[in-house]
Amino acid sequence: MDLSAINPVLLVASLMVAATPLLLAAIGELVVERAGVLNLGVEGMMIVGAISGFAIAVETGSPWLGFIGAAVGGAILSLLFVVLTQVALANQVASGLALTLFGLGLSALMGQSYVGIKPPAMGKLDLPVLSDLPVVGPILFSHDLVLYLGIALTAAVWWMLKHSRAGLILRAVGENHDAAHALGYKVIRIRVMAIMFGGACAGLGGAYISLIRVPQWTEGMTAGVGWIALALVVFASWKPWRALLGAYLFGGVTVVQLNLQAAGVAIPVEYLAMSPYIITILVLVILSADKSSAPASLGRTFHASH
Amino acid sequence: MKFTSILATAAIALGLATSAMAQDKTKVGFVYVGPVGDGGWTYEHNKGRLAVEEHFGDKVETVFVESVPEGPDAERVMTQMALEGADLIFTTSFGYMDPTINVAKKFPKVKFEHATGYKQAENVSVYSARFYEGRAVQGTIAGRMTKSNIVGYIGSYPIPEVIRGINSAFIHARKVNPDVQFKIVWAYTWFDPAKEADAAKVLIEQGADVILQHTDSTAPQAAAQAAGNVITFGQASDMSEYAPMPRVSSIIDNWAPYYIARTQAVMDGTWTSVSTWDGIGAGMVGIGEISDAVPAEVKAEALALKDALANGSYHAFTGPLKKQDGSDWLAEGETADDGTLAGMNFYVEGIEGDIPN
Amino acid sequence: MIVLEKRPQPSRAWSMATPLVAVLATMFFGGLLFAALGKNPVEAIGTIFWEPLFGEYAFYYRPQLLVKGAPLVLIAIGLSLGFRAGIWNIGAEGQYIMGAIVGAGVGLAFYPMEAFYIFPLMVIAGAFGGWAWAMVPAFLKVRFGTNEILVSLMMVYVAEQLLASMSLGLLKNPEGFGFPGSRNLQSYASAHNAELIEGSGMHWGVVAALIAVIFAYVLLNRHMTGFHIRLTGEAPRAARFAGVKPARLILFCLGVSGALAGLAGLFEVSGPSGQISIDFNVGYGFTAIIVAFLGRLHPVGILLAGGLMALTYIGGEIAQGSLGLPAAAIQVFQGMLLFFLLALDLLTNYRIRAARKEVA
Repeated sequence: MDLSAINPVLLVASLMVAATPLLLAAIGELVVERAGVLNLGVEGMMIVGAISGFAIAVETGSPWLGFIGAAVGGAILSLLFVVLTQVALANQVASGLALTLFGLGLSALMGQSYVGIKPPAMGKLDLPVLSDLPVVGPILFSHDLVLYLGIALTAAVWWMLKHSRAGLILRAVGENHDAAHALGYKVIRIRVMAIMFGGACAGLGGAYISLIRVPQWTEGMTAGVGWIALALVVFASWKPWRALLGAYLFGGVTVVQLNLQAAGVAIPVEYLAMSPYIITILVLVILSADKSSAPASLGRTFHASH
Repeated sequence: MKFTSILATAAIALGLATSAMAQDKTKVGFVYVGPVGDGGWTYEHNKGRLAVEEHFGDKVETVFVESVPEGPDAERVMTQMALEGADLIFTTSFGYMDPTINVAKKFPKVKFEHATGYKQAENVSVYSARFYEGRAVQGTIAGRMTKSNIVGYIGSYPIPEVIRGINSAFIHARKVNPDVQFKIVWAYTWFDPAKEADAAKVLIEQGADVILQHTDSTAPQAAAQAAGNVITFGQASDMSEYAPMPRVSSIIDNWAPYYIARTQAVMDGTWTSVSTWDGIGAGMVGIGEISDAVPAEVKAEALALKDALANGSYHAFTGPLKKQDGSDWLAEGETADDGTLAGMNFYVEGIEGDIPN
Repeated sequence: MIVLEKRPQPSRAWSMATPLVAVLATMFFGGLLFAALGKNPVEAIGTIFWEPLFGEYAFYYRPQLLVKGAPLVLIAIGLSLGFRAGIWNIGAEGQYIMGAIVGAGVGLAFYPMEAFYIFPLMVIAGAFGGWAWAMVPAFLKVRFGTNEILVSLMMVYVAEQLLASMSLGLLKNPEGFGFPGSRNLQSYASAHNAELIEGSGMHWGVVAALIAVIFAYVLLNRHMTGFHIRLTGEAPRAARFAGVKPARLILFCLGVSGALAGLAGLFEVSGPSGQISIDFNVGYGFTAIIVAFLGRLHPVGILLAGGLMALTYIGGEIAQGSLGLPAAAIQVFQGMLLFFLLALDLLTNYRIRAARKEVA
């Protein structure tokens, strides 16, 4: 056993990378759930984002266009969910599951000719002096730009929910859609926008995996990250900064356990892998004292009967 | 009439029918555990299937079903292939072992080939590749190339196949570099590119400058490339898009020669149940081109080892070797028997850490 | 302008007709997809829907429909009770795994002893395993008011990790040369859930699924608990006045669905599957949620929906083998089917009207 082999600075830096796809997807889903909609199709939207982004980046040679394509791809897929749950008023749980099934199949069809290809590389932040600073440099100033985008998005969503009128309306819709409707807000329109935002974020998260973190395309490569993102939203009790913290914690568990293994510490891997889920359940229990945390209309169908 | 006999009669009737209709067209089925687009294990088996089609042209028809879960679904897919007149069925995952045996009992006329298992029957052959021979070559290059003397190894699950590879690589790395250390992490997944990338990064951060992987994605290659002075080896497929650096060589699963030979045997009526465990010599294990990033003398040494393994003059597990706990395993000049290798559940002396569970 | 008007009661005619319309729509759009992939659409659709039922080898596929459909129906029946009352157990996959682990564990503990009581004990253990796993979200909901959707989902991942741990550790076959996975229960007579009539596909799991359908039908239509379930789902306020105790209902619904999922896992591991292995679970618990909705949460509907799902799985495999359709195309096809079924459900509950523009 040699714990000194673990470099805490590098550990934190790579933990941030591992957490980013989770964070992107979770921030999107957080907004969706704040609007009172439960979309279990995150995994499906992520994987479609992963291949849309990959294909466009490969065809155009530009990773940035790839990321834009991923966001669009995820948002388009989420439109299916919109049609089902907002127009046809279908059950959200079943529609979300169907979306994941469909997304996994669709992405595999889209990606048939992209197996074994290397995507164009994404540049990293490289600031003179700052990036070379000890400790702070690797952690804060030498990542790819999308990682910063994730953090910026967290801040933006936080601000939007907390301080903007749009955020107020969004939360009102999520808390009590009948009351929001009575006040004259377009419940359905707001939810549609939230769902599409969630789809775009999930798409970005998927593309982060296929373009930066791995980078390659293989079928089913998101390997369950979308489901963890769902857990993360709950863990964060629907608050953006907690989602960031949670993403680092969830992503961190994997990185830390791999680090411990490499350092020769005998750890029961399966039991450590369970821990984020058990922690999430505990958080739920603790949160239960605070009845206001979950959006009250979460998962309920809204139909304006005039 | 019992069900099995109905099936058998149907199969025979169909066998007669097809042979009457399409004379000598041999039908070969493949059952895959992953999608053909996985870029690794299943991808290589599918390349073997395409090679069979190319080799025999009109004389053969191949069918495949991908992403078949191990268990009852696999059993059904195999039965379906047998019913539809397959003469030969390759089942390409360890978990298909019991289903293969079950279906083979119902279709005594159909030949089955199960990859990486140990249960044989009258009409079931088993085949696998001695990937550990390739690991010996990798270990040699790794031992010579490492400057930090730390070699990182990404394992999937702690099973004999993987442990054998670790031991083989370690023995040969130590042989050329007595100071070399292995850092082993278990990913506990067959397939999760993101996790593989993390594992590679962790190993690199902890000082490894050579990464060996027993998982199939190119994620570790990309991580090594990003890190700079780290070398890797392609796994399952050549992964030549990462050559010459970080990928300096590779172990390639090459099932094509075996698949062609077995199909030929069915056509000729000479098929018998065999247990095949082929290595570099028979071409089942390919060593991808050693890139220029490797110094010429190391390359020569690695190729010499490859030749010795191929012509049988050297066995990758040759004594004297001790187990990790210091007890004797192989005496001077003694080579490991296949039984021990097949069920290998111990590290050799010098590897640190315990095998999980 | 088109407006939706809620029907006073769900339309019976539409609830019968929508599944048919949905299947036809899926055939049409699925056919377009298959044509786009360069396959003959008529042949592909025919293979998926016709071959397993009436094709040359239907004698083999028909029993297989039972094998594939039984766990789906068994789990979906349990889930539907809760869904009707607004109690969302989406962690059936985890309960299925735990039923299999606990049930197989009990069986393996007796190995190699042969006795008539081993299998019944395993059945009890399997139901218990699933029940206990479902009691976690149930208890937490009753005691702390936590959201059962999320807790039950989290428990799935915990169960999956336990499954890996069991396959590699405690339940690993000591004669398996170090490979992961337990002994095969198919070759342990006392623990084997064999076909009751050879070649019929009927095993105890199928019998249990049929019993569950009848049980659920009777419960919902003739029993007070069933009345409470329906009342809670349709009019929660009225239910409280009628003396329904929400806590008891939660424990009952999650408990029953957990136990049934556990049973499904046990019958699968001791029968068609045979062993505990890392990849033992293949998503029945999640697919069953879809089946429950396709079946309109009605016992008979679920029976039919389970059959339909099984048909697309088996037909899909045949289409892969004989037409070379990629597995992904089948997945997309199934996704489409679900979309249409879910979307068209609208017509059951709402009337579509062309309304004049409202005068404000």
